[in-house]
Amino acid sequence: MGIRAILSSHLPNGQFGRHSLCLAAVGREHKKLPTLYFDIYRFSKQFPPLLLSIFGLSASDLCSFSFLFNLSLKIMKLDTSGLESAASLFGASSELFDGFATAPSFELPVTNDFDGFQKEAIQMVKPAKGTTTLAFIFKEGVMVAADSRASMGGYISSQSVKKIIEINPYMLGTMAGGAADCQFWHRNLGIKCRLHELANKRRISVTGASKLLANILYSYRGMGLSVGTMIAGWDETGPGLYYVDSEGGRLKGTRFSVGSGSPYAYGVLDSGYRYDLSIEEAAELARRAIYHATFRDGASGGVASVYYVGPNGWKKLSGDDVGELHYKYYPVMPSTVEQEMVEVSGA
Amino acid sequence: MARYDRAITVFSPDGHLFQVEYALEAVRKGNAAVGVRGTDVVVLGVEKKSTAKLQDSRTVRKIVSLDDHIALVCAGLKADARVLVNRARIECQSHRLTVEDPVTVEYITRYIAGLQQKYTQSGGVRPFGLSTLIVGFDPYTGIPSLYQTDPSGAFSAWKANATGRNSNSMREFLEKNYKETSGQETVKLAIRALLEVVESGGKNIEIAVMTKEHGLRQLEEAEIDAIVAEIEAEKAAAETAKKAPPKET
Repeated sequence: MGIRAILSSHLPNGQFGRHSLCLAAVGREHKKLPTLYFDIYRFSKQFPPLLLSIFGLSASDLCSFSFLFNLSLKIMKLDTSGLESAASLFGASSELFDGFATAPSFELPVTNDFDGFQKEAIQMVKPAKGTTTLAFIFKEGVMVAADSRASMGGYISSQSVKKIIEINPYMLGTMAGGAADCQFWHRNLGIKCRLHELANKRRISVTGASKLLANILYSYRGMGLSVGTMIAGWDETGPGLYYVDSEGGRLKGTRFSVGSGSPYAYGVLDSGYRYDLSIEEAAELARRAIYHATFRDGASGGVASVYYVGPNGWKKLSGDDVGELHYKYYPVMPSTVEQEMVEVSGA
Repeated sequence: MARYDRAITVFSPDGHLFQVEYALEAVRKGNAAVGVRGTDVVVLGVEKKSTAKLQDSRTVRKIVSLDDHIALVCAGLKADARVLVNRARIECQSHRLTVEDPVTVEYITRYIAGLQQKYTQSGGVRPFGLSTLIVGFDPYTGIPSLYQTDPSGAFSAWKANATGRNSNSMREFLEKNYKETSGQETVKLAIRALLEVVESGGKNIEIAVMTKEHGLRQLEEAEIDAIVAEIEAEKAAAETAKKAPPKET
């Protein structure tokens, strides 16, 4: 039982029940173990010196204890490297011990009601997907557009946020939700894409990139990340567009809009969409959809940026202030009262 | 010297890793295996030691597939091979899951070689005692490839190679007689290389052909016998042509 005490000092507070690394004693004579545990037992028997150093036990203790590694496969291993394969748990000795010695963990706050605390934290971040972003695939490639307003509740914190993130010269990501989360994880995805390119001597596909991001976000599910992003790019199979969110969802599609202004943007986008738009027409459609969303949604505004992703990579097409766009679409007309007065005086 | 061949993590003074070299010895005792790359096919061949009467020969498969488009043959310790092949198969599927694309031959070779290397640099384990020949088609470009790995974890691509018993003589033969071939010609070349060191006959040779369209296909004994007969006929014809004095004056 002393082993539990040793272990609990290695694990984050209050997590002992959940991440269960329990060691129980199984005698050398108990041959009838489930294969899983017996493998670990046999495995551990081969490396007594290493085990001893970790647990600070003496050789005689080892002989009398037996070890049952209850490494639950639902252990929440934070997936910090999307390129690592799901190798079996009982691989080379170094893999198992590395995983144990440097188990990813962070200090959790001590509260009476941890689950309630988690829910509150998520609720705090959730409604803040105050933004409008959209992307659609058409004949010539992918069109991506977004507004640029950042809001903290009712306070507009910035009118000039870059919500279209350049992952690499041929892939774009959009930002909706937590700005820091989106920026960091897109940057991280860019790193992984580049490593994939270097290792495999070929660019990663949009499918692969979106899957890497989705797997990372899934492994942080329930921890309060807020990300609603679209990955748009051009790869060997042509234009690609995926929607990925912090719930771990990933959808392939031709038209997406994300954010609090998305219903308004969808209205304009869906009614004006045709597959065989030209680049200018598609850009105008995207711009108009963002404008209409910023007109009605208080959490969207600023500048409507429009990007185009084609076979040679992405290119920024325009960035127009939505206030100016308003007067472009609805120029000021002289009011009817003035006109009547003019007619009366003329008669 | 005896002191430097126990724990493999120790280099000998003249730069050898003796356990790795001993593993290569184990490979040299394994079954002869050959691989030849053609323009549209890749062929793997392996020597089949005669199965014991009571043994079910179906369970003694030497040429295994790692995925629909990748196959492998190895020479050396069969039990090590089983473990390595299982890990490689898992990795093929894991790659399909994470990037929604099949592995390239180079990727899985690099994975297997990396695995073999890991076991030369860890405490308390011994290296895998096998060399593998890995063939397949690149899922994007459709180009066939042949790679070889060895217990040290080194790998490289080959046009044709042999491993296992008498691999040197097979490799010499291939070096002398290799040319770009396709289809049945490639199969014949592989069988001719194997026949250098193995008794002739379909009972003693196992051949598998991989094409882009149909994947891996093991040849039946009868087919192999037919090709062997062709080869012998060609050899006989060449012999008589040599022996017969030139008829022109």
